[in-house]
Amino acid sequence: MSTKNIMIVGVGGQGTLLASRILGNAVIRKGYDVKVSEVHGMSQRGGSVVTYVKFGDAVHSPIIDKGEADIILAFECLEAYRALPWLKVGGKMIVNNQMINPMPVITGAAEYPADILPKLGAVVDLTAVEALTLAREAGNAKAVNVVLIGVMAKNTEIPYEEWVETIKTTVPPKFLEVNLKAFDLGYNL
Amino acid sequence: MKKLMLGNAAVAQGAYEAGVHLVSSYPGTPSTEITECMATYPQEEVFVEWAPNEKVAAEVAVGASIAGGRAMTCCKHVGLNVMADALFTNSYTGVGGGMVYCVADDPGMHSSQNEQDSRHYARAAKIPMLEPADSLECRDFTKAAFDLSEEFDTPILVRLSTRVSHSQSLVELGEREVHPVKEYQKNIAKYVMMPANAIKRHVVVEERTAKVEALAGDCSFNTVEDNGSDIGVISAGIAYQYAKEALGDKVNYLKLGLVWPLSKKLLKEFAAKCKTVYVIEELDPFIEDACRAMGIDVKGKELFSMLGEYTPSMIKKVVLGEDAAEFVPLEESIPGRPPVMCAGCPHRGTFYVLNKLGVTVSGDIGCYTLGAVAPLAAVDTTICMGASVSAAHGMAKVQGKEFASKLVSVIGDSTFMHSGITGLVDIVYNKGINTILILDNSITGMTGHQDNPTTGKTIRGEATRQVDLIKLCQGIGVERITVADPFDVKNFEKVVKTELATDEPSVIIAQRPCALLKNVKYSGNCVITEKCRKCKLCMKLGCPAISIDKASGAVRIDVTQCNGCGLCIGVCPFGAIEKEEA
Repeated sequence: MSTKNIMIVGVGGQGTLLASRILGNAVIRKGYDVKVSEVHGMSQRGGSVVTYVKFGDAVHSPIIDKGEADIILAFECLEAYRALPWLKVGGKMIVNNQMINPMPVITGAAEYPADILPKLGAVVDLTAVEALTLAREAGNAKAVNVVLIGVMAKNTEIPYEEWVETIKTTVPPKFLEVNLKAFDLGYNL
Repeated sequence: MKKLMLGNAAVAQGAYEAGVHLVSSYPGTPSTEITECMATYPQEEVFVEWAPNEKVAAEVAVGASIAGGRAMTCCKHVGLNVMADALFTNSYTGVGGGMVYCVADDPGMHSSQNEQDSRHYARAAKIPMLEPADSLECRDFTKAAFDLSEEFDTPILVRLSTRVSHSQSLVELGEREVHPVKEYQKNIAKYVMMPANAIKRHVVVEERTAKVEALAGDCSFNTVEDNGSDIGVISAGIAYQYAKEALGDKVNYLKLGLVWPLSKKLLKEFAAKCKTVYVIEELDPFIEDACRAMGIDVKGKELFSMLGEYTPSMIKKVVLGEDAAEFVPLEESIPGRPPVMCAGCPHRGTFYVLNKLGVTVSGDIGCYTLGAVAPLAAVDTTICMGASVSAAHGMAKVQGKEFASKLVSVIGDSTFMHSGITGLVDIVYNKGINTILILDNSITGMTGHQDNPTTGKTIRGEATRQVDLIKLCQGIGVERITVADPFDVKNFEKVVKTELATDEPSVIIAQRPCALLKNVKYSGNCVITEKCRKCKLCMKLGCPAISIDKASGAVRIDVTQCNGCGLCIGVCPFGAIEKEEA
């Protein structure tokens, strides 16, 4: 299989790292070669966070270039917009409709771009998700990441049961029930 | 079983499988997880510790090696500068048990103050350096490094970069080899590096380098992939992965795993079979310069950048002349999202006060470096660990008393332990009058919550003796020491003003734990009431939860961001912010 590229973008603290680990672990269950590139340290402190998950017969570079992501999973609207140039022409974007103001917007030095979702919808195959609402419905606002993984899972050939098994081995036991519920809410959207 | 592993975790696994007995390190992105992962292996098998700084860590490991154990120390690139004193002479002494220095560079400076290329240390200290390109090689090379170290009686450097350290790829796990700690043997000629002995050891070092160079010409670390092309690519580490993805089987490769010393024979033979040879390496022209010195004609930095990280598309464009993939460009400029102090961060109170007082702030390395970012914009300098204290002493000495009365140093608890203490000794000893703020947030924050000598816990979470910052400063000779809560902004401002006005060294311990610590429980959230007069003073806090509604000009607090720390309540002059319990 040629390499499939998935990019996960969001704001530091939103749980993108766990999402990329669930995805990576689900993929190896299918026997693919896989690389997951993470970001740690300073950029995690409320800054833009980008992780890459690549899988296929043989994966060399852990990073994804502009125009090469098959799917972009975005945890926040502005970060989805920022990532647009990385999407393959004809690729798919799954975007949480949450908006989090970055510091230049908070201080008034810049404005949060208007109408991001309609702008994205005009140029890419877009699925907008009310992930925060669904995560709260599952029982914890922090489960936004797993809701989004659920939406994305539907767009891969990896069967439902494999995802559930992966979540069971990746998330801490005390959050398992909430996370499984969050996954289902995303998967069945 | 194949497991998806972080490069850093795979280094730990390799060291574990090699039977390592001791690991001592100081945290630093992107290297931190190596030592954290080491601490997940049984303590009966390996002793693991956080040392107060990299120099201490390296010396602890060198001692363990001399005493006959297998030892490792891990750091980020700038940490190797701190280790360098031990490193250069350890090259002369050689080892008892295998000794490995693992260093992680940060091309692109994701979390660093410079972009130095650690490969220069291998050549300068004459220590062989291995460079893995993925997690499997992280495990394999680290494991092999211990054997190489003992075979050639030399410490070994293992060099990583951010994308190797922080990428996960598949690793087949192996069993731990049993290497009992060797019997300690006193050997003055080998381990006492006074001139008479060191002169003889230098001869040994040069002979050793010649032997490792011969090995480099024929070893499994360096591999040739002949695809029958006219074009040759010499590369190593993550740059090899980018090249391989970009160029596939259209070129021949010489992939170097042993990046110093280099084999003239191997490089010349490879180059002779190609019409054009590219050296593809991030940062400095290390391999390129070596090739040129050997008389090999290569293309390198005249085509590739010395700055930041490479990408496969950039390599494809240079070598094959092919354009990158098409993409949809952004049609407007959008705001950046720089890192910020978290909601509830104790440093916010400190920098709010320092910004208000308009003082010069000699800064340091940690989360509080973010005090330089707008709107707080309170930090004047950040150089290296500990420089906040010592550089302020230098500033005060040249600018005089008046300047010193408006100058503070800010340094975290862990950074103060690392190398702030000696700067403070200098101030006391040389009649300085500086004001030092130790920002004690009860943890090493920026690297992701590691314990340190002030927290009372070891890397394995066991209770231990705790350094008492007050007694420590008293012992150094500081007579004015005040503990203050940075969230009590009125009192904190008063304390800073009082200490700045004195003509002697003073220490203010700004004490409040990191908001992300599990035992810190703020509740509810803050709300703006109708008493708000839109003065926007709270906006000066730079809190990610507080913003202004463009249309109405009203200040609002985002409940999903606010953790109810209450700092803004104390800052508001009209009592317009209240706490709403959940």
